[in-house]
Amino acid sequence: MQKPFDLHQVVHELKHFLPAQAPLMDFVHHNTLHAFQNHEFHAGLETAHTKLGYQVYFPLEIFRALHDEGRISTAILDRVLTEKKGKEAETWKGKLLFGSYDTIQQPRVGALRGQWKKQYNIDLDSLVHPTLFRLLGNYLDQGISIWNFPIDDMPFLDAIRTLEKSAWVSIFKNKKSQALLFNEQIGLADLLTALLGNHPELFEQYLFDQQFAHQGWSGMVSTIEDQPQTLLDKRQIKLEDVIFLELLLELDALDDRLGTHWVGLGNQLNDAITPLHMPIIRTEAMEVRSLWQEAFEWTYYDQVLKGIQIEQIDSVAPHKKSFQSVFCIDDRICSLRRYLENEDPACATYGTPGFFSVEFYYQPIGGKFYSKVCPAPVTPKYLIKEIGIDKKRETDLHFSKHSHNFYSGWFFAQTLGFWSAVKLFVNLFKPSMGPTTATSLRHMDKFSTLKVDFDALQAEENGLQIGFKVEEMAIRVTNMLKSIGLVDNFAPIVYVVGHGSSSVNNPHYAAYDCGACSGRAGSVNARVISQMANKPEVRAILKSNGIDIPDETIFVGGLHDTTRDEVVFYDDEITDPTYQKLHAAHEETFRRALDMNAKERSRRFESIDTHDTAEHIHEKIRLRSVSIFEPRPELNHATNALCIVGRRALSKGVFLDRRSFLNSFDYQVDPEGNYLAGILNAAAPVCGGINLEYYFSRVDGEKLGAGTKLPHNVMGLFGVANGIDGDLRPGLPTQMTEVHDPIRLLMIVEHFPSVVLTTIQKVPATYEWFINAWVNLVVIHPETKELYVFNQGEFKVYQPIADDIKAIEHVEQLLESHQENFPVYLINQH
Amino acid sequence: MTMNSILPIFIWVPIVGFLVSIFLPKTNEKLISGLAFATLVIQLTLSLAYVAYWLITGGETFQVKEIILFQNADYIFQIDFLFDKITAVYLVVGALLTFLVTRYSRFYLHREAGYKRFFLTTLFFYVGYSLTIISGNLETLFLGWEILGISSFLLISFYRERYLPVKNAVKVFSIYRIGDIGLILAMWASHHLWGQNITFFQLNNAELVHEQLQSHSFVGVFISLMILLSAAAKSAQLPFSSWLPRAMEGPTPSSAIFYGSLSVHIGAFLLMRTFPFWEYQISVRILIGGLGFTTMLIATGIARVQSSVKSQIAYASIAQIGIIFIEIALGFEYLALFHFAGNAFLRTYQLLVSPSIVTYLIREQFYFFVPRARTIEDFMPKRLQHSIYVLCLKEWNLDSMLYKYMWNPMKFIGDKLNFLNGRRLLLFFIPSFGIGLYVLNKSAGLPASWVSLAPIISASIGLVMVFKSFTQRNSIRLAWVFVLMNHCWIALAISFNEKFDPMETVLYLSGIGVAGIVGYLSLQRLFKQEGKISLNRFQGLSENNPKIALLFLLACLGLTGFPITPTFIGEDLIFSHIHEDQFALAAIVSLSFILDGLAVIRMYARVFMGPNYRTHADFSNRYF
Repeated sequence: MQKPFDLHQVVHELKHFLPAQAPLMDFVHHNTLHAFQNHEFHAGLETAHTKLGYQVYFPLEIFRALHDEGRISTAILDRVLTEKKGKEAETWKGKLLFGSYDTIQQPRVGALRGQWKKQYNIDLDSLVHPTLFRLLGNYLDQGISIWNFPIDDMPFLDAIRTLEKSAWVSIFKNKKSQALLFNEQIGLADLLTALLGNHPELFEQYLFDQQFAHQGWSGMVSTIEDQPQTLLDKRQIKLEDVIFLELLLELDALDDRLGTHWVGLGNQLNDAITPLHMPIIRTEAMEVRSLWQEAFEWTYYDQVLKGIQIEQIDSVAPHKKSFQSVFCIDDRICSLRRYLENEDPACATYGTPGFFSVEFYYQPIGGKFYSKVCPAPVTPKYLIKEIGIDKKRETDLHFSKHSHNFYSGWFFAQTLGFWSAVKLFVNLFKPSMGPTTATSLRHMDKFSTLKVDFDALQAEENGLQIGFKVEEMAIRVTNMLKSIGLVDNFAPIVYVVGHGSSSVNNPHYAAYDCGACSGRAGSVNARVISQMANKPEVRAILKSNGIDIPDETIFVGGLHDTTRDEVVFYDDEITDPTYQKLHAAHEETFRRALDMNAKERSRRFESIDTHDTAEHIHEKIRLRSVSIFEPRPELNHATNALCIVGRRALSKGVFLDRRSFLNSFDYQVDPEGNYLAGILNAAAPVCGGINLEYYFSRVDGEKLGAGTKLPHNVMGLFGVANGIDGDLRPGLPTQMTEVHDPIRLLMIVEHFPSVVLTTIQKVPATYEWFINAWVNLVVIHPETKELYVFNQGEFKVYQPIADDIKAIEHVEQLLESHQENFPVYLINQH
Repeated sequence: MTMNSILPIFIWVPIVGFLVSIFLPKTNEKLISGLAFATLVIQLTLSLAYVAYWLITGGETFQVKEIILFQNADYIFQIDFLFDKITAVYLVVGALLTFLVTRYSRFYLHREAGYKRFFLTTLFFYVGYSLTIISGNLETLFLGWEILGISSFLLISFYRERYLPVKNAVKVFSIYRIGDIGLILAMWASHHLWGQNITFFQLNNAELVHEQLQSHSFVGVFISLMILLSAAAKSAQLPFSSWLPRAMEGPTPSSAIFYGSLSVHIGAFLLMRTFPFWEYQISVRILIGGLGFTTMLIATGIARVQSSVKSQIAYASIAQIGIIFIEIALGFEYLALFHFAGNAFLRTYQLLVSPSIVTYLIREQFYFFVPRARTIEDFMPKRLQHSIYVLCLKEWNLDSMLYKYMWNPMKFIGDKLNFLNGRRLLLFFIPSFGIGLYVLNKSAGLPASWVSLAPIISASIGLVMVFKSFTQRNSIRLAWVFVLMNHCWIALAISFNEKFDPMETVLYLSGIGVAGIVGYLSLQRLFKQEGKISLNRFQGLSENNPKIALLFLLACLGLTGFPITPTFIGEDLIFSHIHEDQFALAAIVSLSFILDGLAVIRMYARVFMGPNYRTHADFSNRYF
């Protein structure tokens, strides 16, 4: 079967499969195996495994150990097997428990190019990679090198050409390679022919082999090609150009090592090479693991569903609320909301994606760039500017580039060098916040002013509208309030609290901030939406839409630092003494809740004794966030497994161990599912993306995760690698994922199944998540509490089998008991 | 108690810490790091008190003669210590930095699979460091030097299941090995120069040194050059610089302390320690200063173009050490010491906070970005600018030169010897070695010219053996046996050379014999469990067979003359029987020793380290 070589098509295909992680600054979670999402989950996983050699499940031994520990329930396992295998369930159970399967991976990718080593005993990777990575790293570098790439205003390949033309020394070993570079007539196909012989059917596979030998670098190039704005100092680079250079370097290395004693690889293939894209044959080894996976997932889902079904809260008729607080849906907020409700049963909490329905670019005072603060796929048309006096930013001479030159370095070593010893000592024994800390508090100054209102005199900047018009504000406020079901019974103060984090020595800091704000803190959004909702003109429009916000209600923005468990309120706008008093009382509630939240988090940290008092623990948690020696300032989204879309009452009485995204939604406010569609369109990719990134980084720390972060070396400020010659490591470091149980997200929606069914089918991209089961979906009937599981396009009734959901009196005692994941408990929540 | 008698405590504290650590349970992080921390607290407190007291009481240089390990009519192997201001500074800086880094690592390495291994290796390294800096003669220094080498290898390959760390660890080890041989040759020549094993303290006697060197100026220069070779290799000066950034494969704290600070400054230490010896050799001083100067320029250029933070710090540090070399050559000892301390602290801290650079510089860029900011290089003509840029980008080919001039020639020779396949060589070995032994016994009756050639011939046969071992791709056992045969031929060669007590040969071969048998048996055992293993790729077997891996590592160390068997003294002894005019023989024997070490470590790395063959196809082992 001779396929003509279509370069454009092949490069497009390659880009589709390569990792799509943006530079560190813009780290946003996504499904690592997004390229396989058009397959059903398990089929997609096996395809990825067979073709690209990724690990996609836990190894069998781990599943078996989980089963022995009781974390995979035998009853569930039996049910999964009966459902999937019918009469053969028993045979399969034997395979799952005792079968033995080969562990060696012979992925398809790499086999063809691996023939160089086999036939000529030549290791192209070690001859080509160091030079290629260096050129790429130096060209893309955002500010580590002191002497920048001398030609950075040209596209990559042109820059290399220019450099080669003018320099006396070449990056190549042979003149011939240089001549090929200068000859603009030469294309990829020519170089491939030179390397492989006239075998165009092998070209695509060879390029996959070549690029997947360093998927980190290739993925970064591909991402920058598609989104050049992810680098502040822009570069023009195309994957195609990189491939061109790499092919040249390969030719160069072959000529240098083997002289004329080699022929195109395709001319003498002895081993049969499986074509990369040939349909895969499903194997028993993988099916066994997929069945274990299902059993693992449903063991947990089942107790959650049972818990939610039997959960009851003493809900008294709507009484006067003390305050309401809107948070991000983030799983890390789950426990804070529980503690707030505990401390003050009269309060109400809500969850919605942390950009609070306002999408815009943000420019702080003195900033030379705009940062996007809304979900990554959205391209905002608005700009919000911080106004006021530029503040002084602290500097740290240890990062001064002067310390790297011999003359100034000589001086630095003799002076600053001794100060380093002192600094290190202080940092180790008494950590404190410094200029190296990445903290969400710096995102916006508490005392600065934001320009939220549109002003016709200053309407635009670089194609973006500065501020919002009143009608635009009203739409956004309505959207947010309706989608979370907060349309009446407003309390005197409604807080809108975004979130961010603080950490030090952490190149992945952006992954700790709000995913719905493109890896930034949600403080500006919280403040902007509050200011909008406080405007009488906006409220007037809202009133005509049926949302009557009384004059006695004010909105106040805030920021929750999830690492330090601190909340900052943008409260200097509260001038009325009555509100000031109320606010002071609520702040106290928040303080106590945050202490308890810190305590709950601390149980996962080895270095903190959870038996200590909440205040003490909180102090240690704060220290942790600024300790340079602490690779786990917080555990982020680790253990996430659920996304509950419904009223708070649905899950208020179950203890979910910080494992759930909570999106508030009231089916009564949205009987047709219009707002629900909006929620699911965002929640499926955002929560599903977070969940699957954790999943894959956990099951394959080598290729899909970033491995342990301890040896990481920062490359050009955009990525990390191991050592200096390694490939870039996209994905999450082990320290973020090690406690994570790799199970898919279970989305639980409170509405009528028929409404949900039509809702999810509205947008094909969203539907793909559900129909291909990359996210599991269960609907809970709001009136009967009957459960329906979405399976192959339809909802089927689900009967939980868990019968041992215990009720607990004191969460605190539970927290102190152990470090591992907890099962679901019923709690007594008002 | 006098100051002198308690000096060895600075070795005993880390040794005890190390030995106790071996027996700690693998999973008890608190205990493991606690012990290491306690060891360093004691060491730091003691050294501060000791240095303070020493300063108050006058700060006199003094030496301690410790124990004689071996002695014959004209040779003594003795452990000596020396304490002076150089030792004082290195002692305090080393203790302080290791103390801080131990504290850092205690939390940083939490949950890492190799937690215990990390602290063990760190303590082991620290034993080597302490021994080196308080050593009183070259022999003692060499002991510490060897420990530094092997612990560096283990720290760089800390992530032993990965490809690049292991590869780079072997690379660094091979460069260290060159430094080792420099020291061995320096000891050899020095032995002949003085007619005894001289202590550093005696070197301070300027008159003595001057007088001796006047009559043996050539040997004097040779010794100085060998010392410089060792120092340059260890301190990553030209042409060896490219190993330092490549050593940054372990966890950041280990890179910080060893390659950012302590380990790389040991070369400077060696120069300061031997300064009185070459003080009056102006040419040598110019050479050292010139080397430092060139390194400073080249390394700064390379540092300026690095786009990764750790390699940038590494090259910046190399440039500063270049300046330290200049300072030493100029005789500014105090300045050099001060500079060493400052540079060590600075680079350690910079490496430890290197992950923060993203936050810090992105923020700087966000607020202060200037497109196309000009640098000093913009003032050069374009052509020159671009040429230098490409050279710096390619690290002046330093890394590929190592391949070109070191590995490749060896591989080339090894390949040329392919006609000697394993079996043939074994068949050749037994009769020819028998003949050799026979000839040795009857040598009295043979023509003198034959006898004088015999050592060279035997040593060359030995060299062929080790070449074969080094380039062996398939059979591990054969590679192992070749190394053993090499040692036998060297013993034979030296026996031809000079009549001496056969007990010395026994001393030399005893350790090798034991290590050889242990190694062979562990390979047998491994084969039983894993089937036949080849040397063609990394096998990563330490994961499945940790005990055999450890045993084999010990055997490897024994076979390379590491100070755990009498072979260590034997090696030095062998050299003492090479006459001072026999440079060819000395060259062959030392080349054999270099290659022995490389062949053996390569074997260990290939079999026990790297990606596991059970889970990784051989063409996809570099993913991570």
